[in-house]
Amino acid sequence: MNLTLKVWRQNGPDDKGHMEIYPVKDINPDMSFLEMMDVLNEELISEGKDPIAFDHDCREGICGMCSMFINGEPHGPERRTTTCQLHMRSFKDGDTIVVEPWRSAAFPVIKDLAVDRAAFDRIQQAGGYVSVNTSGNTIDANAIPVPKQNADKAFNAATCIGCGACVAACKNSSAMLFVSAKVSQYALLPQGKVEAKERVRKMVNQMDLEGFGNCTNTGACEAECPVGISLENIARMNREYLSASLSSAE
Amino acid sequence: MKLDANIPSGSLGQKWSSHKSSIRLVSPANKRNIDVVVVGTGLAGSSAAASLAEMGYNVKAFCFQDSPRRAHSIAAQGGINAAKNYQNDGDSVYRLFYDTIKGGDYRSREANVYRLAEVSANIIDQCVAQGVPFARDYGGLLDNRSFGGVQVSRTFYAKGQTGQQLLLGAYSALNRQISKGNVKMYNRHEMMDVVVEGGKARGIIARNLTTGEIERHGAHAVLLCTGGYGNVFFLSTNAMGSNGSAAWKAHRRGAMFANPCFTQIHPTCIPQSGEYQSKLTLMSESLRNDGRIWVPKDKKDAEAIREGKLKPTDLPEEKRDYYLERRYPAFGNLVPRDVASRAAKERCDEGFGVNATGQAVYLDFSSAIERYGKTEANQLGITNPSKEKIIELGEKVVASKYGNLFEMYDKIKDVNPYKSPMMIYPAVHYTMGGLWVDYNLMTNVPGMYALGEANFSDHGANRLGASALMQGLADGYFVAPYTVGDYLADEIRTGAIDTNSEAFEKAEADVVERIDNLINSNGTRSVDSFHRALGKIMWDKCGMARNAEGLKEAMTEIKALREEFWKDVKVPGRKDMYNPELDKAGRVADFLELGELMCLDALTREESCGGHFREEYQTEEGEAMRDDENFAFVSCWKYNDEPSKAELVKEELTFENVELKTRSYK
Ligand SMILES: Cc1cc2nc3c(=O)[nH]c(=O)nc-3n(C[C@H](O)[C@H](O)[C@H](O)COP(=O)(O)OP(=O)(O)OC[C@H]3O[C@@H](n4cnc5c(N)ncnc54)[C@H](O)[C@@H]3O)c2cc1C
Ligand code: SF4
Ligand code: FES
Repeated sequence: MNLTLKVWRQNGPDDKGHMEIYPVKDINPDMSFLEMMDVLNEELISEGKDPIAFDHDCREGICGMCSMFINGEPHGPERRTTTCQLHMRSFKDGDTIVVEPWRSAAFPVIKDLAVDRAAFDRIQQAGGYVSVNTSGNTIDANAIPVPKQNADKAFNAATCIGCGACVAACKNSSAMLFVSAKVSQYALLPQGKVEAKERVRKMVNQMDLEGFGNCTNTGACEAECPVGISLENIARMNREYLSASLSSAE
Repeated sequence: MKLDANIPSGSLGQKWSSHKSSIRLVSPANKRNIDVVVVGTGLAGSSAAASLAEMGYNVKAFCFQDSPRRAHSIAAQGGINAAKNYQNDGDSVYRLFYDTIKGGDYRSREANVYRLAEVSANIIDQCVAQGVPFARDYGGLLDNRSFGGVQVSRTFYAKGQTGQQLLLGAYSALNRQISKGNVKMYNRHEMMDVVVEGGKARGIIARNLTTGEIERHGAHAVLLCTGGYGNVFFLSTNAMGSNGSAAWKAHRRGAMFANPCFTQIHPTCIPQSGEYQSKLTLMSESLRNDGRIWVPKDKKDAEAIREGKLKPTDLPEEKRDYYLERRYPAFGNLVPRDVASRAAKERCDEGFGVNATGQAVYLDFSSAIERYGKTEANQLGITNPSKEKIIELGEKVVASKYGNLFEMYDKIKDVNPYKSPMMIYPAVHYTMGGLWVDYNLMTNVPGMYALGEANFSDHGANRLGASALMQGLADGYFVAPYTVGDYLADEIRTGAIDTNSEAFEKAEADVVERIDNLINSNGTRSVDSFHRALGKIMWDKCGMARNAEGLKEAMTEIKALREEFWKDVKVPGRKDMYNPELDKAGRVADFLELGELMCLDALTREESCGGHFREEYQTEEGEAMRDDENFAFVSCWKYNDEPSKAELVKEELTFENVELKTRSYK
């Protein structure tokens, strides 16, 4: 396959940035998108040019590090697929592909396609945990049975890979899907219930401080989420938040 | 030089508890004045940093990814072992201990392994308390599955995302301590060197990967939790950034490297599809619970399949060779990894491989789908279900167990594994070797510790599935937090570490010089081209089968490649900003030294054991021939100017509780 890539180049956080055009040739449809980028970078290096910086690590769709906005969609055209798991067979010979970084005020660009997602860590630090010491002096793991249905739902929420596609997909740059996934995981488990109210308050508060936008229920996040985190979690978080606000008003 | 493993006295079952209760403590007031650096935030690092901070030490934690949650542990799929005996199938601490020693082909330390088995059950309690959503059955209790090399079901799991869920649990504990100000987290930072002063580890030199700034961090103890070095082979199931640099830097500063040649080749990975391939993807071992491995019985059929003239689903049962079930009836498809990998290689070398390159075998779920479908139909009270109905129900059960793995396979290969068997081939996966540590997980450099995959401690010559996650969390939650205190009890009067000392100056100058050499070397070849070349040498000559001649050649070739690298590598960009090519160049430079040491280690170990298979030492049936008389020791290597001149120090292994036997899975 022969393709034309239009790639966002930005030489550091203070640079204005611009689109650059690169033709790529002889791409094998079985390559992953990132392997195609590797090929382009090898070429750039051999021509003495600056390779395109992008984040990636596991290349298995689980670490959440890869993050490319491809043809107007985070992680590209396939549903439930991260950039690293996107394969070139999803494109046609002769296609022009536009590649940009996640765009959100809360995710400043580091270089080219790599952005800083530390805001997500800070939201987790605000309350994304169960306050239990790590000494191992806890009760037996099977002492509290958890209904399978709840356990499964908690698991589904917990599979969020923290990639930020939901934010990139949202016209308001809302982080609701990401935050609600964590809030839901704990709210559904007896171990997390105890601090549920305080947790949701703190995490939402931090989310607002980081400058993520409001949720207007467009559902773009769910559609683009590579692991299929469901909007149900946002509804659950809203309920949790409401009940937390009511109880703090008491 | 003599190495003392500091194994406590007493009976096997009492060593840890009596050691723990006699370990010296540091008072809370003193802990506040003690700094600990934890490099790495995988299962081992996150759990250690969180636990030490919770105890009151000042902790600084480092990772090279943009968040601690992205450490490579996140990618672990299948599960974590623990001797809970919830399934009432005869499991016990002793059995887990025994399976691990035997699985490791009798090349690990009894005392360490026993402790691991002992604390395993507690890990599960801890994780559940943290809100880790393990798989549960309809009664709401925890579910288990089996892994290779054992005959009980002791593996806890969270679908195919066990590592993710455990790491997010440890990350949450870490976050709790970060929010309290007890841990300062340094993301996108790489440890460039350990600083050793007066014989003790006193801190690290780190590089901020976004700005290129070089930083000094003093500490009273340094914990290296930096993972394994499988990427020395270029293609492996490890994440792209996984590297051996931290361990290698420690080695160059005096820490012993133990059993570097013990690498695990995992039998079930997606085969390579082209030259451009950047990494290999694992298909979890849990699939061997239900998948059956086969190749055609007849070479002609294999040829026809390779040429695309025959489909695997067209081949009737009697024309398939389920070679693991045939060779190892007692364990069948669940033999340990090294055995399964070699058996696949043997069939492919004989010409029975099933993909275009001839390097693939089938992993087939059709029997499992049928079996589950029938059970499900029974449970639903469907009498005389049609074949279609059975398959439909069976596929649902298989999806609930392995759904995400099947999806991943489909995405990568564009083949639906519910309908056609998967193609798999062995790939580099894990490194049992690593920094030598004593019973307290301390390297031979006082104050320097190694945890998780970065150390060599528990898995001998072959690791059993689902035991790395167990070891990482055991080291970080339950072992190091105690043992580090014993050392730090002597450090309460030291005061803050002076980072302006000569040792820090020198270490920083070395780091800067090396970076300058890389960035200024006006060569012509990319970093990846060197990495690929190294990987090929390693895979061909120090991979699944090794021989003396090949290893000697490999050593010469690697040395030449290393010289070429420093002459001709091309590193674009600048050193004072985000520059992934520069980061990679430093890591590959270290692999070019480590690879040579691995070959030297493989050459001097004149026996076959676990993942180390020397062609000269095999039985007539092609099984590994261990030599307990001459090689029941840990090979510990001391750095000496260059890898080939490393000095061998032996830690003899003594077995007081298990009898050394030829491993048999027949
Ligand atoms: C695909 C796959 C599946 C697996 N599945 C299983 C399984 O089902 N069960 C099981 O038990 N095991 C499994 N394993 C093995 C297991 O995942 C690993 O052995 C284990 O997670 C290693 O944990 P760790 O904490 O030692 O290191 P890692 O998780 O590798 O973490 C290393 C950390 O060190 C940091 N680091 C490294 N070098 C530096 C440096 N120089 N400076 C700063 N930071 C640095 C990294 O940023 C990272 O935070 C699997 C492995 C793979 C590859
Ligand atoms: S909710 Fe989905 S899109 Fe958002 S961070 Fe999590 S995995 Fe990514
Ligand atoms: S690189 Fe890890 S999810 Fe894509």
